[in-house]
Amino acid sequence: MTLVVNNVVPGASGRVLEGPCGPRKSQLSIARLGIYGFLIMAALFFLMPFWVMIVTSLKTLPEIREGNLFNWPSDPTFEPWIKAWFSACTGRDCNGLQPGFWNSVKITAIATVVSITIAAINGYALSFWRYRYANLVFGILVFGAFVPYQVVIYPLIITMRELGIFSTLLSIVLVHSIFGMPILTLLYRNFFASLPMEMFKAARIDGAGFWQIFFRIMIPMAVPITIVAIILQLTGIWNDFLFGTVFAGRQNMPMTVQLNNIVQTTTGVREYNVHMAATILTAAVPLIVYFISGKWFVRGIAAGAVKG
Amino acid sequence: MNMSEHSVSIRDLTLDYGNTRVLENLNLDIEQGEFIVLLGPSGCGKSTLLNCIAGLMDISDGQIHIDNRNVTWEEPKDRGIGMVFQSYALYPQMTVEKNLSFGLKVAGYKKDEIQRRVARAAEILQMEELLQRKPVELSGGQRQRVAIGRALVREAKVFLFDEPLSNLDAKLRSDLRVEIKRLHQRLKNTMIYVTHDQIEALTLANRIAIMKDGVIQQLADPHTIYNKPVNLYVAGFIGSPSMNFFQGTLQTGDETCFVTDSGTHIPTSSYQFARASSDSCSAVLGIRPEHIIAGEGARGMPFSTRVEIEIVEPMGSNTLVWTRVADQAVTFSCDSDQLLAPGQSIDIGFDPARGSLFDAESTLRL
Amino acid sequence: MSQTLSAGSGRYRTRSPAKYPKPRRIRWSALMSVLGTAPMIITAIGVFVICIVYSGLLSFTDARMFPSFNFVGLDQYKRLWSTGRWIVSANNLWFFGLLSVGLSMMFGFLLAVFMDQKIRCESLLRSIFLYPFAMSLVITGLAWRWILDPSIGIQAAVRGWGFTDFTFAPLVNADTAIYGLVVGAIWNSIGVTMAIILAGLRGIDTEIWKAARIDGISAWKTYLFIVLPMMKGALFTAFVLQCVGVVRVFDIVIAMTQGGPGIATQMPAVFVIEHITNRINVALGMAAAMMMLLPVILLLALNGFIQWRMKRNRERLS
Repeated sequence: MTLVVNNVVPGASGRVLEGPCGPRKSQLSIARLGIYGFLIMAALFFLMPFWVMIVTSLKTLPEIREGNLFNWPSDPTFEPWIKAWFSACTGRDCNGLQPGFWNSVKITAIATVVSITIAAINGYALSFWRYRYANLVFGILVFGAFVPYQVVIYPLIITMRELGIFSTLLSIVLVHSIFGMPILTLLYRNFFASLPMEMFKAARIDGAGFWQIFFRIMIPMAVPITIVAIILQLTGIWNDFLFGTVFAGRQNMPMTVQLNNIVQTTTGVREYNVHMAATILTAAVPLIVYFISGKWFVRGIAAGAVKG
Repeated sequence: MNMSEHSVSIRDLTLDYGNTRVLENLNLDIEQGEFIVLLGPSGCGKSTLLNCIAGLMDISDGQIHIDNRNVTWEEPKDRGIGMVFQSYALYPQMTVEKNLSFGLKVAGYKKDEIQRRVARAAEILQMEELLQRKPVELSGGQRQRVAIGRALVREAKVFLFDEPLSNLDAKLRSDLRVEIKRLHQRLKNTMIYVTHDQIEALTLANRIAIMKDGVIQQLADPHTIYNKPVNLYVAGFIGSPSMNFFQGTLQTGDETCFVTDSGTHIPTSSYQFARASSDSCSAVLGIRPEHIIAGEGARGMPFSTRVEIEIVEPMGSNTLVWTRVADQAVTFSCDSDQLLAPGQSIDIGFDPARGSLFDAESTLRL
Repeated sequence: MSQTLSAGSGRYRTRSPAKYPKPRRIRWSALMSVLGTAPMIITAIGVFVICIVYSGLLSFTDARMFPSFNFVGLDQYKRLWSTGRWIVSANNLWFFGLLSVGLSMMFGFLLAVFMDQKIRCESLLRSIFLYPFAMSLVITGLAWRWILDPSIGIQAAVRGWGFTDFTFAPLVNADTAIYGLVVGAIWNSIGVTMAIILAGLRGIDTEIWKAARIDGISAWKTYLFIVLPMMKGALFTAFVLQCVGVVRVFDIVIAMTQGGPGIATQMPAVFVIEHITNRINVALGMAAAMMMLLPVILLLALNGFIQWRMKRNRERLS
């Protein structure tokens, strides 16, 4: 197929005339420089705190007092990092962040699994097996997404005290499951509602029931949305502070709460380098999730932001 | 041939997108007042070409002249064009009137001039009563008319249409097709129209440019395109139901004759060869279903045979019949009054002069 | 669509049971549906209805450490609005909310528009703008607390460069501490706003841009008069997300200022938690919590009203 147009259009050769030819001259205008300028300034603003924390965490206390906030340490030391992990003090306890890290891992892992399981079933039932008043229940749940936690925290504390589970792992997992439910259910409901109804009908005709359709058909299809949900929950639960302070108790104190306690401890010298190392350590898990997940993270935010 | 006779002239246009060459050394001259249709499957570069003409895409090499001006480096608004898009691209929060006048207002036209132009466009497109509505309150057909109106008020020399009817249902599509044709007859502007629908192309165009892989395969009037396709690709692309093809050999001698692979002889003495071919060569004979005659008249044809009917598809106005000739599936259309049934035998015949012969290797017309 | 077709029970309810006996399987599955969503039903009714009502009731009592049902009318609300700490909290919330949401939306939009200009290194820049959101607000608060700390932060650094008179210590001053909070908050949230708005921008039909270019409408006019009005959805989403965050603002205050200096950066969320835990005045805390619920309900009602009106307009048209 190499028939060239020359064969069919009269006047074949020497066609390019004088004057402009080829691509437009690219102009690196002032406006464009301004755009890049603004973006670079913004990028510096966003990077600055993290840069400061990293360089400071590698400095010794005397060097920090010299005040060269932005400079790379003259003699980088990992001492503060080791101290932050193993022996930083909260009041009298000097076990570092380590116990908090493992508490956070426990809480995040269990609460993520529980809350996503519940939400997936909710979304599935709301999309395909809507019973009477199901929409009303869902409406209340979505309303719950906007309720300030402070409004329901006290009754929850009282209830959990009555049940004897206050300040246990179970209580913090329950709380995360409750407050994660509105967004996650919305996420799954919107996903399942976007699937073709015909598929569900076909499964029904093949004789599949509620759980069979859920496990055999819906779950395998819901992998992408589940990844989004996992990212949402991993970062959300790891980063939680309020519920950790109120519900986790001393035994299960998550990393964020422990970090805050270490930093706010007023006795002794303020070891800024240790504190900043501890901060980066606490931020590490969600940051790793963020950089691994890349575009999925953005989708998670967008999905979490969608309203019903 | 002088430049000044062309309304739009594209010279050696090349466009690279990343590392892929979308258009290569493309040349096209369009006469004043001509209706050109760029036709091809998706991804053939037809929309890209239109966007280059509009100045919405930066070209890699070559020139574009519109109305005797070299506009290669000019902004779209300065090229003297109006454009209609597939998705209508109306400004959703503005009323129809605002949609039509916004560009003029930005360009700094006087109020009464804007009013005159909007009124004229509304009159031409018969949408005076829609002026105060917003796009959401319009049907698809009405929206597309507003989009055409937005091109009209620019009083441009050249109109560009980018698949304007693809988002409409079949009935509306044929209605609006007629309206576009009427518009062209009234305004006599140059129009360049991109579509993948061959009916639109055949009904609207003065000339059709069939494109594939960024290259114009054939540029000709609809009659020529339909009857004398320049290569196998064009022959197969145009026409519905599509052309029947026989693989075989063209034997030259005292009397040229096409022999199918299964050995059937089809005399081609009446065929007008585009170029003389001295040697025998493997070739493809194409014949359109509507050029095959069935029944009584078949025996008078240069080639005729008796076949058994396999499938009958009544189409309303005519009937499409599937059968086999020389071990190849063949369709032909016949009068819907003829009562045919599968299994029945019937005489069919055709005149190879109405068909097309192609070189099997180069795929070019012989 | 799914509304009418989905529910097994819904389909059969309208028919007379005498004529069409209900198939067993469908009732069984419907029951499964209720059982499967039991956690949701319990959460919705138990937490988001009963707990809220319970909190509301407590706000009319004189409960201190444990719930009591000795009703005292509106006394707690009267007390609340004569408590300096609460009035400061409420004012702070408004001030902080307007400023941080406004700035976040503004810079988020600007960044999104600039990012939309076929920028090099777009994904790198997006990662940079968005990473703070991945981090806890506690971490955000701590980081900015150190940056703004006069003894080790920017002030110390600039003095180190030789400007020994330089003073920059917003968190130490009761009048400026709230601006410090705003900086921290928007550092965390601008990226998200940008991401949502950028997604909205990218969702706009590219042919709109082409049409505008052919009409000769300049880029900024296209953004302002054509694209911005088309992005109501994305802007509203970003706005709601910010507002919900503002009402809940707690972590960042604890980490950055602990409500200080004095009570200068107190916030309602902190106020409530303190009254439940340390100050042992549950009823007053619950009254404050109810006051926090109020703007949320107003916003939701407003949203409901707008949607109702849009629906009515659409119906009137068709």
